Amino acid sequence: MTEPEIGSLAKPETEAESTAELEIEWISVYIMGKEYRAPNGLTIMEAIEYAGYRFIRGAGCRAGFCGACATVYRLKNDYKLYTALACQTTAEDGMYLAQLPFTPANRALYDLKKLEPSENIIIQLYPEVARCVSCNTCTKACPQSLEVMDFVQAALRGDIARCAELSFDCIQCGICALRCPAEIPQYHVGQLARRLYGRYLAPKNPNLKERVEEINSGKYDAEFEELSKLDLEELKKRYVEQQKK
Amino acid sequence: MKIPYYPGCTMKANKGNGTGFEQSSVAAAALLDIELVEMPRWYCCGTVYSTASDDLMKHLGSVRNLSKIQQMDEKKVVTLCSMCYNTLAMVNVLLKQDPEKLQTINDFMAPEEEFYRGEVEVLHFLQILKTDVGFEKIASLVKKPLNGLKVAPYYGCVLTRPKDVAIDDMEEPRIMHELLHALGAEVIDDPYKIECCGSYQTIGPMKGAVIERTYRIVKSMAMNGAEAIVLTCPLCEFNLDARQKDALEAHPDIPPVPIFYFSQLLALALDLDPSICKFENHKIDPQPLLAKLNLIKAIPTIR
Repeated sequence: MTEPEIGSLAKPETEAESTAELEIEWISVYIMGKEYRAPNGLTIMEAIEYAGYRFIRGAGCRAGFCGACATVYRLKNDYKLYTALACQTTAEDGMYLAQLPFTPANRALYDLKKLEPSENIIIQLYPEVARCVSCNTCTKACPQSLEVMDFVQAALRGDIARCAELSFDCIQCGICALRCPAEIPQYHVGQLARRLYGRYLAPKNPNLKERVEEINSGKYDAEFEELSKLDLEELKKRYVEQQKK
Repeated sequence: MKIPYYPGCTMKANKGNGTGFEQSSVAAAALLDIELVEMPRWYCCGTVYSTASDDLMKHLGSVRNLSKIQQMDEKKVVTLCSMCYNTLAMVNVLLKQDPEKLQTINDFMAPEEEFYRGEVEVLHFLQILKTDVGFEKIASLVKKPLNGLKVAPYYGCVLTRPKDVAIDDMEEPRIMHELLHALGAEVIDDPYKIECCGSYQTIGPMKGAVIERTYRIVKSMAMNGAEAIVLTCPLCEFNLDARQKDALEAHPDIPPVPIFYFSQLLALALDLDPSICKFENHKIDPQPLLAKLNLIKAIPTIR
């Protein structure tokens, strides 16, 4: 995020501004301690941009999927620190905002192909998992509303499948690790479990193997050959016909 | 009778043979009309009860589990692991005795957990076997009496200490003696039955001390005629079984003595399928001894 240049759109609240004809309700937000005005109804990310900041890091899909825009904020007259995704949370009057574009949490180096999905593998790579005291702070901080503590506990007891399942919707924003009093990198732990599960533990679909064998044996070569020679109109026609079935 | 069951992490570990302990217990319980119902959500108990008076954070795992039992509208919870039993029970005692700490912990857990009132009863499976089933009834259901099996019960520390949570007499516990007697085994009493196994010192620089402890315990029990040692705790099991390998190397004057969980012998005596005991995961192979006494078929072991 870069600071707004001089003469940018955002102006301090004290400056007189005619807003009556626009019928905009204005709110004040504090970005890294400095007050800015923004129209009500913007997301935190939009409010920051409205104030004139440009995101270089800490923004991605803008749709709540990529996990790049972790943000921490506090509300007026509230001692609590809240965490959220900046693109998914509406800015409120009196919000104190800061962005967390990167979490420098410990990340184990491993070659997935050389790992064994044993009951000890997660704790070998992430021994800090054993420091969990079940405080649930990670769960409370998760913008995806995952049961983070439960998947860390599953990792602790070597239950890779459950850890993978409970962490499935993790978007790797890293907020859990920043809030954890035991310095556990929950999001990396869940990712390791999902990788192990995907590669070694998930039931293999027999149909896939059969189909790959069929393709390799040349069963569909003639059909592919024919299709590749068709013109666009004919292809469209065939597609529509196929969809009707 | 259904009762909520708190497994604890080691019960899910095959290498420490927690799974053999768990599966034999659950199957034996079912035969005795006790359904051990694993809690749908549970957390590490904290492993060791923290004795620091202001370190309430360390008790959270235990309190959460107890609160979950309360939220299931249950009044009791049963454990297999002695360490989990001790930690859960000690935390429970603390909360009963100190309403201020109970309030502080509940405030921290709010609103995600129901206010824990401190009323859940923490039990060890041995207590269920003694009071809810009864050793006489167990004796009447034995199909394969453990005749000729000379076993020394080993209680370790945390099942009978401190007094607040002791499931039996602190100095002269008898509960496992009585169970094994009911199963038809020849029970050997040994003064080392309540000796500490060395606990978590087994990893780290004090590992040698644990090997020496294991040596002393095994030696005493073997000299008293025990052919096997029976216990209740996965950590004791690890120290007396896996560390016994090290002890045998350092001290050739003791014979290898197989280690059993009480539930494994219970399952054998009730004629359940021995495969649930996971004897293949033991470091000191108990199968030749069991085969000699015709308690299992001779199985060629692959290592």
